[in-house]
Parts: sequence; structure tokens; C-alpha cells
Amino acid sequence: MNQIDASLVDWSRAQFALTAMYHWLFVPLTLGLAVIMSIMETIYYRTGDLKWKRTTKFWMKIFGINFAIGVATGIILEFEFGTNWSNYSWFVGDIFGAPLAIEGIFAFFMEATFIAVMFFGWDRVSKRFHLASTWLVTFGATMSALWILIANAWMQYPIGMQFNPDTVRNEMFDFWAIVLSPIAINKFTHTVLSGWMLGSAFVLGISSWYLIKGREKIFALDSIKIATIIGFVGILLSIYTGDGSAHQVADKQPMKLAAMEGLYDGGHGLGIVVIGALDPNKKFDDGKSPYLFSIEIPKMLSFLAKRDLDAYVPGIRNIIEGGYETAEGEALSVEEKMRLGRLSIAGLADYRKAKKGGDAEAAIIAKAQLDENFKYFGYGYFKSPEDGIPNVALVFYAFRIMIILSGYFMLLFIIVWYFIYKKKYEKMKWLQWICLLSIPLAYITSQSGWVVSEVGRQPWAIQDILPVMAAVSSVNVGSVKATFFIFVALFTILLIAEVSIMVKQIAAGPEDLEEEPLNK
Amino acid sequence: MELDYSFYQHYWWFIISLLGALLVFMLFVQGGQSLTYTLGKTESQLNMILRSLAKKWELTFTTLVTFGGAFFASFPLFYSTSFGGAYWVWMIILFSFVIQAVSYEYIAKKGNILGKATYQAFLFTNGFIGPILLGTAVSTFFMGAEFSINKDNMTDTLMPVISSWQSSWYGLEAVANPWNVIFGLAVFFLARCMASLYFINNIDDVEIRKNSKKQLLINTIGFLACFLPYLINLMFKDGFTEDPITSIISVEPLKYWNNLMAMPWALVILLLGVVMVLAGILLSLFKSNFIYGIWYAGPGAVLVVLILFLIAGFNNTAYYPSLYDMQSSLTIRNSCSSLFTLRTMSYVSLFIPFVIGYIWYAWRALDNDKIKSSDGPGAHGY
Repeated sequence: MNQIDASLVDWSRAQFALTAMYHWLFVPLTLGLAVIMSIMETIYYRTGDLKWKRTTKFWMKIFGINFAIGVATGIILEFEFGTNWSNYSWFVGDIFGAPLAIEGIFAFFMEATFIAVMFFGWDRVSKRFHLASTWLVTFGATMSALWILIANAWMQYPIGMQFNPDTVRNEMFDFWAIVLSPIAINKFTHTVLSGWMLGSAFVLGISSWYLIKGREKIFALDSIKIATIIGFVGILLSIYTGDGSAHQVADKQPMKLAAMEGLYDGGHGLGIVVIGALDPNKKFDDGKSPYLFSIEIPKMLSFLAKRDLDAYVPGIRNIIEGGYETAEGEALSVEEKMRLGRLSIAGLADYRKAKKGGDAEAAIIAKAQLDENFKYFGYGYFKSPEDGIPNVALVFYAFRIMIILSGYFMLLFIIVWYFIYKKKYEKMKWLQWICLLSIPLAYITSQSGWVVSEVGRQPWAIQDILPVMAAVSSVNVGSVKATFFIFVALFTILLIAEVSIMVKQIAAGPEDLEEEPLNK
Repeated sequence: MELDYSFYQHYWWFIISLLGALLVFMLFVQGGQSLTYTLGKTESQLNMILRSLAKKWELTFTTLVTFGGAFFASFPLFYSTSFGGAYWVWMIILFSFVIQAVSYEYIAKKGNILGKATYQAFLFTNGFIGPILLGTAVSTFFMGAEFSINKDNMTDTLMPVISSWQSSWYGLEAVANPWNVIFGLAVFFLARCMASLYFINNIDDVEIRKNSKKQLLINTIGFLACFLPYLINLMFKDGFTEDPITSIISVEPLKYWNNLMAMPWALVILLLGVVMVLAGILLSLFKSNFIYGIWYAGPGAVLVVLILFLIAGFNNTAYYPSLYDMQSSLTIRNSCSSLFTLRTMSYVSLFIPFVIGYIWYAWRALDNDKIKSSDGPGAHGY
């Protein structure tokens, strides 16, 4: 292979996106259900009321069915960094590998150990140890999210590292800067809390189904009470952290923000598009309006992005062409960044040549050229400035879906909680149907968030440092295509199997308990 | 005292070796899966075997994931070269673990549209393919693989990939070397020996224990028939050695034997491990009512595999020899993370004893009472 095959990059991206999206179907439910069932078991532990044990065991069973396929789809992702993104693995493995290893040592072992106690330990360990195990599973799952999101956040905002031309890779020099990155903190809280929302929407919908069917009234109402509170807290805080994330995106990833807004031509005091449709024929530099129609809230984009009603927000054309003012001075065009990126890469080549030839002076000059322009290193792999534009339509619509549905769920949790409080919910069939039918919407919300975050940052594997075309493995494209279709078939079959089992378990309902509460 | 780079490189190779050794031991779950229908003759026996394995499968799975994560963090050049090149070997291993992960949860549940037999086949497939291919992949640490590495490629904007695999079989060519397959089979038989010992210890059922002893004997013969020739061949084999000053890699006759001679403590531990494995097996075979063989043979297997990993990487050895370009071979020196990362990760590794401690505690709490036929099916339906 003398040149990276563009279709190899596309298939590798497609495979990673497929496996990540499948995995992300199951992770939020794990995060949300874990908290809900832990709270339920805590109530059982404190009250000794068997109805809470029965309720806990039912949701635990659903948790187990979902958890298994989450584990199955998750293992692929870790190893895909090596199998499909081998250049990435070397170029930033010194930094990126650490959170993955820590995730394994701290989170996965905790989950793996205590999940066995949680499922098999009801009759074998004390109530207290069992409750602790359930909470440790929840803690382990949340810690797992923490470390992988630290790694993800670092890809979007690389800090705490420096490039070493001798090893041709980036090396970590500040572990805590990576762990405590404000992007990582926002990403972690936003993602976990969105999992609480999805888990709560799931419990609310399924419990409502029991009420529609006139079954398990006490179980259903108890579950809904917990779910609406957790769901409301989750959605409220995820809106707060989401705002924080968007503010950070405006600062660190302006192209992603422009794609989220379908904004091609920036300006001062811009409004945010609440609802709109993009013109599919729009070119980034044709000067036409990107919208077929749009409803805006005036000045809101400037305010949310920069906390200033009249602030300037650049659009896609501005970012490509440069020339607007930023905190660091006048923005460079992407073409200029490409030139500087190539200078940086050439500096690396000259440095290595000089080192091999024992020419210390030339090595110093080459390294200075590399370091001076390293900020734009990744742009050196671009073939055209347009390589820097993500799929705008996908990000634009996904962002709107996520926002609108998040607002919908906040309203739904409030309404249901109100009618539960008024003891009227069990008779409100129409609302119960809405809750049941809202379950798929929760998944759409969650997937949309993932699309905004990950498609919006394309083409970067590591922001500004490594684009996907320089991160890929040199496997033949036929192999990647083959594994892509194997994944499609296998994961789809397993998803159907999972849904079928879950439906049967839900139809069967919570099992009656035969035994007395444990006295151990 | 400031510890130097070399110390951390060796420390992390030890951690990787330990995780690899623990993984090989934990493959008793896979061994058990491949033995399920040999040992379980009735529905009740099958359920007991499934229940026994279901409590442990996730630890094996997690050990594999952590092994991968730790390798990524400490020796990223191996991660990028082997995973990105031996694509199909790793993908097949991963597929086998994917189908395992859902099986314990779904196999006996209502609404199981794939049918119980499918999940039984999944578990058997993972039990068969997992150990053999993992063993085959580990064997390439001694037998080598066809790859090249050129870091200057990063400056080629059209083709910037550093590691290139030189075989169009993308890893599957490893099975063309019979020694790799023999080692894979050795791991497979060892996993079945460990599984037999585990069942003897964990399941209180006369017939399962009797059948497990029978399988223990058969698989011990299989293990020895594969492992001993492999070990003898390894001791007589040439290896690649790295000059610590010039970093030039060259062939050294009897490299692995020389490594043992250079590290006599490793030879002692290797022999101790072999004795413990044999003691666990022989005591279980010939002493009636002895159920603790796993506690001898298990740690023994960990020690043996640990030493195999250590002689692959210590003493300036290329732990991933390149058959295509000798100078591309990976050593713990040329493939490791930076000093800062290795040191930082070393602090993290200090928590490993704590992790092992709680695993031990939880394991004991669950296994205090042996699995019996009178227990009845649990929440998983078996």
C-alpha cells in the first residue's frame, strides 16, 4: 500500500461508529437502572419490606439482560483502537492507554466481582453485603464511564502532553490535567446523567405498561415514583452540564458548534435555530442561506456560546477562510493551517534525518520548525480545506432531536410525578400510553447526543493533531468490510435476542418471593 | 530513590506477564465450557456446571480486557503492531468472547428465540477457539510474526502508517507454524485440566467429580504431550536479543535457555510451578475425596506462564520478533510508554493487591457453600 485507501478510512469509521452505537444502546440503561435498583434495594434494606425486594429483583433481572449485551459489545471497542486505528494507538497510546488500563483495574473488576454477588448472592451473603455489592456494581459502571470519557474528552481537547520527535508520538507530562480537564468533567456528568434519564424513562414506560394491563399496581407505582425523581434530576442536571459542554465546544471546537447550528456565515449577536431544515445543496462558500426554513431565538446562540448577547460566533465558511478575531488573535484559514501542518511534518522528517546523520545543529533547527507549527500538525494530512468539515446535516438534526426530546422528557417526568403525587396517575391511561411509547424516544435522544459529540468532531481522531486518515491501520479494506458486516449481523441478531428475552421477562412480571427476608 | 526507566520497563513487563498468567489460569472457564456436555449427563448436572461457571466467566472476560488495556498503556507499539496487523486472529478471538458474554444470561431465559442449543454452541465455540487462538497468539511472542515498523512513515502524508503487516493473511498465517498451534493446544488442554479441578472443588456431586477426574487424566496427557515438546523446542530455539547500548537486534542461539540460566530465580519458579501443577493434578487423581487440587495447580499454572512471559521479554530479549525485518522486532525498551506514563501507571498498579483482595473476599463468600443439585435453578433459569 503506497497510499491510504480512502475507502479503508470510511469503512474503519463505519465499523467503529456501528460498534460504538450498538454499545451505546445498552450502556445508558445500565447506568440508569443501576442507580434505580440500588435505591430500591436500599429502601428494602432499611424497611425490610419484601415488596421492595421483589421490585429490586425484577429490575435487577432486566439489568442483567441488558448488561450482558453491553459487555459483549464493549469488548470490541477497546481492541478496535488497535485493530482499526493502529497509528492512533502508537501516536497517542502513551496518553490514551492509561485511562483504559485504569478503567480495567478499577471499574471492570469491581463490576465483574460484585455483579456475581448481586445475582448469585441473595441466599449466600448477608443483606448488608448484598446491598454493598449492588452499589459497588453501580459505582463500578459509573467509574467505567468516567475513565472512558476522560479518554474521549482528551481526544477532543488534548492537553497534558507534548510531542516527542524521537519516539514519533505524543507523551503525557501531566496526568491530572487530563483527568481533571473541564471537558472531561462535563462530558462525564452529562453522559452519566443522560443515562439516568434513559433508565428512568425505561422504568416509567414499562411500569406504565403494567398499569395499562391492570397488573402489578403497587410494584408499578413504586417504580414510577423512584424513576420520575431520578429521571427529573438526571435531565435537569444534564441540561445544565450540556450547556457547559456546548460552551466548551464553542471555545475549543468551533467547527463542531458551527455544524450543530448549520451555521455557515458567522456574525455578532446570532440567534439559535430552534427548528429548521437545511438546504441539502448548500456549499460552504456559496453565500446562500443554509436553511430552507428556520425558527430562531434572537441572540441566543451568541449568549450560549460566549455568554454575551452580541458576541461573534464563526460559521463554517469563516473557519475555513479564517480572518476573524479570536482570543489568540486573527484566526488562520484552514489552507494556512495545512501549510503550517506540512511545515511541522517536514520539520519532523528533517529532524529524524539530521539525528540519523549525526547533525546536531540541523536537528535543532528542524525541531524548532516542528515545535513552532505542531499546533497544526494534523492539518498537514488534509488534501483540501473541506476535509475539515464534518457531516453538517447529521450533526444539525441530531442536536435538535436531542434538545427537543430532552425538554419533552423533563416535562413528562414533572407531569407524571405530579399525577403520582395527586394519586391520579393509575387511572390516566392516555398518559400511561404516552410513557410507554416514549421509551424509543429516550434511546433516540441518547443516540443523538452521541452523534453530535462524535460526528461533530470529524475528521479529528485527536483535535487538530491527528485526523482519521492518519490514524487508521494498514489492513486491507476487504477485511474491514468483512468484519463490518459480521458485526452488523451478529449485533443485530443479539439485539433481537435481547429484546425478545426482555419482552418475555417483562410480560412474566416480577416473581413472587417464597422466602423470608434474610436474617444473616 | 529515583527509579530509572529500565526499572519501570521491567516492572510493567512483569505486570503484563502476571495479567497474562492470570488470564491463562482463568481460562478454566473456557475449559469448563468445552467440557460441559462431557461432564454433565443430566439436566441437573448441566445446570450445576453452568451455575458454577456463570459466577466466574466475567472475571476471565475482565482479565482479558485489563490485559489488553494494560498492554495498550505500557507497550503501545505492540498494541498498534499486533492488533492492527494480526487483524483476523484478534477479531476471531474477540468474536468468540462476544458470543460468550451474552450466553450465560440468555441461555435459559424465556423468550430465547435463538434456542438453548445456540447458546450452548456459543459457549462451546468460545471454550474451544478462545484458548487455542489466545495460545497461538501468545506463542508468536517466541515464534515471531511478519511485520515491519518504520516511524519515519509518519512524515509521509499519503501513507503515514507506522506498523505494517507483511502477510496478506493478517495474522492467520500464525497457524501455519505448527509450534504456534501446539502451544494453542497446550493452553486448551491446560484450561480443561484447570476446569476439571475447579469442578471437583466447586460442585458437590459424586458423578461430576468422578467424570472430572477422568477428564483431568485425559487432558493432563494432552497438555503434557503438547507442552513438553514446546518447552524443549523453546529451550533449544534461537531468539532475538537486543544490544542495550546500540539497540541493534541480532540472533542469539539458545536464547530462552540462556535467559533461564541468566535468571536462575526464574528457573526455580518455573520448576516450582511445574511441581505445583503436577501436585494438584496427581493429588486430585490419586487421593480420594481430595478437592483442593485447583489451589495447587492454579497458582502453579500462573507461575509457569508468568516465567514464560518473563523469559520472552527480560534479559534484552525481543518479545515480539519480526520475521520480516529483525530490526523491527519489539523489545520492552523500544515499544514501551514514556517514563512519565510508566511511573504514573505504576502508582495505579499499587491498587492491584486491593483489587485481588476484594475479588478473593467476594469469591470466598460465594463459594463457601458448594454447588449442589438440591439448590434448584436460580434467577438465570439454571
